[in-house]
Amino acid sequence: MTSGTTDAVGDVRGVLATGPTPARPSALSSVITLAWRAMLKIKHVPFQLFDVVVTPIMFTLLFTYIFGGALAGTPREYIQYLLPGVLVQTIVFITVYTGVGLNTDIQKGLYDRFRSLPMWQPSPLLGALLGDVFRYSLAGGIIILIGFMIGFRPGGGFLGVLYALLLILVFSFALSWLWIIVGMLMKTPETVMTMSFVFLMPLTFASDIFVRLETMPGWLQAVVGRNPVTLLARAARGLMHGNLAIWDVWWVLIWSAVITAVAVPVAMRLYYRER
Amino acid sequence: MTNAIETCGLVKTFGETRALGGLELTVREGSVYGLLGPNGAGKTTTIRILATLLAPDEGTATVAGLDVVRQADAVRRKVGLTGQYASVDEDLTGTENLILVGRLLGLSWASARRRAAELLDAFGLSEAAGRQVRTYSGGMRRRIDIAASLVTVPEILFLDEPTTGLDPRGRNQVWDLVRRIAAEGTTVLLTTQYLDEADRLAERLAVIDHGRVIAEGTSRELKASVGANAVHIRLADANQSDAARTTIARVLGDSVLPGSDALVIAARLSSTAQAAEVLAALTQAKVEVAEFSVGTPSLDEVFLALTGKPSESPSAEAER
Repeated sequence: MTSGTTDAVGDVRGVLATGPTPARPSALSSVITLAWRAMLKIKHVPFQLFDVVVTPIMFTLLFTYIFGGALAGTPREYIQYLLPGVLVQTIVFITVYTGVGLNTDIQKGLYDRFRSLPMWQPSPLLGALLGDVFRYSLAGGIIILIGFMIGFRPGGGFLGVLYALLLILVFSFALSWLWIIVGMLMKTPETVMTMSFVFLMPLTFASDIFVRLETMPGWLQAVVGRNPVTLLARAARGLMHGNLAIWDVWWVLIWSAVITAVAVPVAMRLYYRER
Repeated sequence: MTNAIETCGLVKTFGETRALGGLELTVREGSVYGLLGPNGAGKTTTIRILATLLAPDEGTATVAGLDVVRQADAVRRKVGLTGQYASVDEDLTGTENLILVGRLLGLSWASARRRAAELLDAFGLSEAAGRQVRTYSGGMRRRIDIAASLVTVPEILFLDEPTTGLDPRGRNQVWDLVRRIAAEGTTVLLTTQYLDEADRLAERLAVIDHGRVIAEGTSRELKASVGANAVHIRLADANQSDAARTTIARVLGDSVLPGSDALVIAARLSSTAQAAEVLAALTQAKVEVAEFSVGTPSLDEVFLALTGKPSESPSAEAER
């Protein structure tokens, strides 16, 4: 293995013998391979996770201790209300990285290679999404852990928290398809990132993540009450604290289904479209 | 012998821009074929259509006898593509990149790993195998990129400007590699803006301008079409350029080739004896000549003669 130097091209003759072409990989196999790639990227560029993890920790601590007293009497009481919402906000916010990652791969020419390979063509998208779901889970786990450390005590127990996290993952998976569309339309990863502020800021702040719906003026309640993020936060709180209104879950699932049904065909169309 | 690539009347438009305007191309099996042309001539568009990344608006193309639109999946099993930009994942190591491609081509994990090691060794990259590709030099990056196109040996290999941005040593390595790949029976279609590259590597070439083939043949044939012999003169003083051109025109008639450099003049000769007349006339006109040589015209001059404008400067591009 040490014979090759980095300057000289070795003898390529031996490796150019044409063997039988292997059978085309199954769709599942190519998706798993590309999810493996996403894992490797997390391993090689752990700094990517910094953004994902540190911002929500900061948010949780700041909001709990600065606003907690004013909004709920004590920080300890406020964290019971806030934590499920912060979890929603964190994961919804990092869905943008689906678009950023895809855009980077396209600009770098990596998708040219993928698309010239004889595999099931949507594999790169699904493989990347699997990697993203792993990232969402990791960020979610960290937030929940920090929550426990500063006094979050969910009445719904372990299962309640798990179900809430799963519901958030379902919604974020659907939302990621929108970012795939944005990732394919934009020229640079930076513009994709900018889009996240335009789109995700209002979506997450015009919700009841930080304050209760009842405290808002009537017209705003009408808007905020219909925001899917509000529905998701409410469902997550209900699941975690064991006082769920089952319709909240259904609404989130309906929203996820609608977003997926609209975004996936558009995304796939763009994907097959020539660039 | 059958043809590896055949296109018929390829047209591709992007918005207002007509990238290809009826491109006709025939590439024999087992050869190195060069597509030569300036930026925006349609070289990359041609490669992308042939590698099934783009569908043509009009016309047909077959690769290894398969239609690139209707049989795209079958074409993908026969071709390898190394794009203009390194189409490998910079965050991954060399080994991981090759395993990734191997897996996506249908190799088992074990075979993909074995094949990766084999290729890295053959491409002189085994020492860098465990390093992220972002730490590689330009030449190493291009080699891992070409290696990724050879994980399963394709019948036809597309190389889009394989040496753009490489230093002379990196360029020589890639040339060496392309020759060896072709010697093993793979058809190579490469695009280039470098005239000497096409001259050295390709058995046949097509000169492309505005999405059409404006000349086709071996480099010898192309040179012959401009004139068998040419005189190349480098002046010592750019101010004497006009005087020199007038003098040469008086001796040779209308055979001065258009050029972009005031110091360099090239002209067609109908016989080598005319060279002596030119030199004598220049001496008499007191034009100072720094260099004087007689030979076949360079591809640069061929391109100028065919299109009437100079090709892109390779040195400026290499700085990118």
